Amino acid sequence: MKSTMKLFLAGVVFAGMLAPTHAEDKPTIEIMSSWTSGGEAAALNIIKTEFEKRGGVWKDSSIAGFGAADAAFQNRIVAGDPPGAKQGVIGLAAADFVGQGLFNPIDDVAVAGKWADALPKSIYDLISYDGQVYLAPTGAHGESWVFYSKEAFEKAGIAEEPKTWDEFFSGLDKLKAAGIVPVAWGGQPWQQTKVFNMILLSQVGIDGFLKIYVDKDKSEASIEGVKKALDILGKLRGYVDDGAAGRNWNDATAMLITAKAGVQFMGDWAKGEFTVAGKEAGKDYGCMIVPESPGMVYIADSLWFPKTGNAGTNKAQKLLAEVVMDPAVQVEFSLRKGSVPMRADVDKSKLDVCAQKGLELMSAGNIVPDQAIVLTPQQVGLLDDFVDEYWSGGSNETASAAENFFAIFE
Amino acid sequence: MPMKRKPHLSATFALLPTWFVAVVVFIGTMGWSIRLSFTNSTLFPSSTYVGFAQYAKLFSSAKWLASLQNVLIFGVLYVGGCLLLGFLLAAALDRKIRFESAFRTIFLYPYAMSFVVTGLIWQWMLNPTLGIQASVRSLGWETFVLDWVVNRDMAIYALVLAGVWQGAGLVMVIALAGMRGIEAEQWKAARIDGIPVWRIYVSIILPQLGPALAAAGMLLAMGVIKTYDIVVAMTNGGPGNATEVPAKFIMDNLFGRQNLGLATAGATVLVLGVIIAVAPFRYAMHVRSKAKGAR
Repeated sequence: MKSTMKLFLAGVVFAGMLAPTHAEDKPTIEIMSSWTSGGEAAALNIIKTEFEKRGGVWKDSSIAGFGAADAAFQNRIVAGDPPGAKQGVIGLAAADFVGQGLFNPIDDVAVAGKWADALPKSIYDLISYDGQVYLAPTGAHGESWVFYSKEAFEKAGIAEEPKTWDEFFSGLDKLKAAGIVPVAWGGQPWQQTKVFNMILLSQVGIDGFLKIYVDKDKSEASIEGVKKALDILGKLRGYVDDGAAGRNWNDATAMLITAKAGVQFMGDWAKGEFTVAGKEAGKDYGCMIVPESPGMVYIADSLWFPKTGNAGTNKAQKLLAEVVMDPAVQVEFSLRKGSVPMRADVDKSKLDVCAQKGLELMSAGNIVPDQAIVLTPQQVGLLDDFVDEYWSGGSNETASAAENFFAIFE
Repeated sequence: MPMKRKPHLSATFALLPTWFVAVVVFIGTMGWSIRLSFTNSTLFPSSTYVGFAQYAKLFSSAKWLASLQNVLIFGVLYVGGCLLLGFLLAAALDRKIRFESAFRTIFLYPYAMSFVVTGLIWQWMLNPTLGIQASVRSLGWETFVLDWVVNRDMAIYALVLAGVWQGAGLVMVIALAGMRGIEAEQWKAARIDGIPVWRIYVSIILPQLGPALAAAGMLLAMGVIKTYDIVVAMTNGGPGNATEVPAKFIMDNLFGRQNLGLATAGATVLVLGVIIAVAPFRYAMHVRSKAKGAR
């Protein structure tokens, strides 16, 4: 393994030496991301504008779809021609690349910018490997959100946010009776897994959630929790429309924007779509954490910096890391993307009501990591399979399904 | 018996690069993949051998087993459907109809499109809230249901439908070319004997089209093994495992799930499957050509 890797790295370096050494003074960087929806693109543009203002040259290589962008990135890495930066989640997905020595550390930027003080400790630990910082965090997303259309709620006669699952389901019944699609369901496996996780958190609590996903604990209590979560998930099947299978999350959000549907379970990036459509949080649409949930599931985005062997790109990577962690950029970016800034020391007054709710939960420590942070990509895939099979199978055998759940960790 | 030919040196040299490419690129990468399938490789190749563990994992995966079953159903119906519909179209066009070339273009046109486009078109048409179902319902037939794409039991047939729509044109063109090659004398003779037209097609024309249809079937069958884009465009393997196919399973594990070992094991099984399917056929051809040579 070691020797193949060395050979491979030598190839990377060699390819770098062969690359034409332009006498360019401007640090140029190619950025590969999957941020292509309206809100995402607007957010990426904030980073781009500031980066260019500071003298950088930006080359966009956006690819729609998280998986597609990942696949393209892996191909480029293996071919020895990685882009200068790649958007990716903080978590185990990046660990393999860092472990193989394929990424540039940005430790000096982090030290100069005092990242250790500005970031929550858990995040700082996640972006450091062997004491060196490798990833530049862009923002955190809460994933336990239920967004609802105020117009639809009004039509259905729902006066206030439901506090319990029973209230929630009776609200859905009212929406159905009013001729509105109760749940705008995003029908891709990864979206369904997120719904499962937010329900699971509401059933087992923060400690229970960490026990299941971090400790891989297969006790009676854990199995019972998974079973209860599956019960609720299964009940939701009756409230989605026929066209739900395979639906994109932003198409589901559009159903809320046009008041065709009542609620959507999604991460807070959905706010970006509302913002692009000119809708305001708290006025046109509401956001609540799923009923009975003691906290929220979170995921964090970052930029990765692959080794390209090009001195100009190295310079650009450091500049980009600096830009991304700039307090003003963090706030502006979060406003567009719907995320929560990573830095604790930013101006919070500009954030909308939802982001402030999220920031509150986060600073109180009432958060649990998304599966992508604590599971390997293989396990994440198996979890998607598990939830999708349960959801689409129409099975109500939740007890045996809950037992099968733990096969993911084997 | 044909004379034993002398090897032609310059021709051999001319073919060397091709040989080299075939051996290094095809056989080499195949060997590399098979080697990887016996390791515990995840994102990057590893050389820790784990024996048949990846294969054991593969065949205990419900998703993989479902994908094999799906590709079998899809393959049989797709190839069969294309051959049948293609032949019928060719026979219809062969009746010296008006605007023949216009029809020919229309029927062949879908084949010029990529599977991704085909998949998207059919996904839209079959989507219950956007397509045919919604339009029929808006016309007043409220209980009309056409939800194949989102229905677990029917999704695979939705794929077949889209596939046949695309592939039938190719078969039609090949079959039509074959029919045009059949001598008019045979038609005249059959007419004089008073044989009905359908019988002429079934008993006289069809046997003569054997080689042409076999070629068309072969082309389609090769497409079946690598079926990927139409599935991604139409259903993305869902609902559940209902339209998962091996090629998609392999791609998912190769990239999304960072599991080289499992993906290459799947690829190896697929290659073995093709060899097992093709070997008896090749052997039969070999035996037959020998028999012909001896005659």
